[in-house]
Amino acid sequence: MADARQITLPASLRGVEPVRSVRTPAQLDYEFTAGDANTRFLRGITQKRIIGQKAPGGRVYVPPRGADPELGQPTPIEVEVAQVGTVTSFCVVNLQFYGSVMEIPYVSALILLDGADLSVMHLIQEIPADQVRIGMRVEAVWRDDEDLEPTMESIKWFRPTGEPDDVDVRIPGEDHGTGLGSWPGGVAPTEALIRNPRTGEGGER
Amino acid sequence: MRDVAVISFAQTPMRRRVEELNEVEMLMPAIHDALRQVDMTIDDIGFTCSGSTDYLAGTAFSFVSTLDGVGPWPPIQESHVEMDGAWALYEAWVKLQIGEIDTALVYGYAKSSPGDLPMVLTRQLDPITMGPLWPDSVSMAALQARSLLDAGKATEEQFAEVAARSRRDALDNPNAQLAWDRSVADVLAEDYLVAPLRRSDCAPITDGAAAIVLAAGDVARSKVTRPAWIRGIDHRVEPIHLGLRDLTVSESTRIAAEKAGVADGPVDVAELHAPFTSQELILAEALGLGAETTINPSGGALSANAMMTAGLIRIGEVANRISSGDANRGVAHATSGPCLQQNLVCVLEGES
Repeated sequence: MADARQITLPASLRGVEPVRSVRTPAQLDYEFTAGDANTRFLRGITQKRIIGQKAPGGRVYVPPRGADPELGQPTPIEVEVAQVGTVTSFCVVNLQFYGSVMEIPYVSALILLDGADLSVMHLIQEIPADQVRIGMRVEAVWRDDEDLEPTMESIKWFRPTGEPDDVDVRIPGEDHGTGLGSWPGGVAPTEALIRNPRTGEGGER
Repeated sequence: MRDVAVISFAQTPMRRRVEELNEVEMLMPAIHDALRQVDMTIDDIGFTCSGSTDYLAGTAFSFVSTLDGVGPWPPIQESHVEMDGAWALYEAWVKLQIGEIDTALVYGYAKSSPGDLPMVLTRQLDPITMGPLWPDSVSMAALQARSLLDAGKATEEQFAEVAARSRRDALDNPNAQLAWDRSVADVLAEDYLVAPLRRSDCAPITDGAAAIVLAAGDVARSKVTRPAWIRGIDHRVEPIHLGLRDLTVSESTRIAAEKAGVADGPVDVAELHAPFTSQELILAEALGLGAETTINPSGGALSANAMMTAGLIRIGEVANRISSGDANRGVAHATSGPCLQQNLVCVLEGES
């Protein structure tokens, strides 16, 4: 990049203070629609039900996005999953993010609900942040019935159930044969180690 | 140059609003249909490339979500362009030229309905001197149309003829969003929207998706009886500032047409991506098209103009006419940016 000091300015601009910043505010408003899969999922949330979706022969996705990324197919089959699950990973947030009303420190976690093949992300409360751990069993805490809306915020947070930890909890995806999170025999995942869910090929287990 | 052909093309019905589906849900039928037509799955595809932009639906990394509809597992070779799918097709064509793969899936999609499209499109302008003025896309096109009229290169009657012909042809296109049969006089009787453009001079705002499968050489011949071979493809861009350009001509289209070899043979059919009637006249001249060429038999972008998709559809429409035997040689064109800033030209031909 050229050194700005070496640029020869025209006489009219010499000695003039350079424009160091320009304010050009831009705002675009969108009327976002959830789509079919999310609509069905969020309707369930308003009834305090967590309903995953799957394609024939596929995994149970919660929350559903409308397509099974392994099969590349729509997910028309609805499967209600449990409101309890296992923490598969978490982080302790010590920063006050813009717009956040959370009191720090707080815990964000990936929670694998019983019966689901995909973790949901949510808050863990009702336990000190430094006591949250992978394998901990947690349950959904809902808003009051009259405040239920089609949003994930209708679940206020998850809290410990007091059950024994599931120390064998697997990171979802690990059993795809990817070796994600675990390199089989210390070997990096290769194409041969990845199972093709459509053809069944590959994926040494 | 390696022989590469369009062997399959599918699109969703073009609509003003697709509110009940998210982007991947809207897109999936087009992908599945394009693959199904040639009895293929994603496992038969060597490279996948898509065209879309997050600005339209206001969804960050929208193309990553829509990739779920392909089934990208185990991880696939994939790329994305923040442009019309026609440019994704160009990238796939280059990849096929290298010779390591024999097949490619290309798609484009857009849900423009969640936002205010003419305002959203201002975000592609220079952010310091033009963006803050929020010049909407129709007004920009009207500047160009005015230049054309003032230069004596076209008349409002000619604009209206393009408008009427396109919507009449669209009556035969089951995927068209806008199709009607009205006279030129009737169009000219409309009030101006942004003078000198009337509403009928403008493309509708459209939600939709399209997909194409490309294949090389014998793979293409084994899949379809009459592949639509890509004989030439090129794209060129002009400066972002309108003041630097002669808006009454499309120099980028002219050069792309020359490089793609448009004039090397008769052109039976041309599908031009002209979102405004005035732009079709500019493009036809730049491409050197004469009376022997049928222009936009599908109704063109004036009958449906899904952003990031309508250019790819032009290629698909020409390919379909070649594969069906209705045409032997055709030209497809795609545009991007304000006032035909960037243009892609693709020459397609059947095998005799």
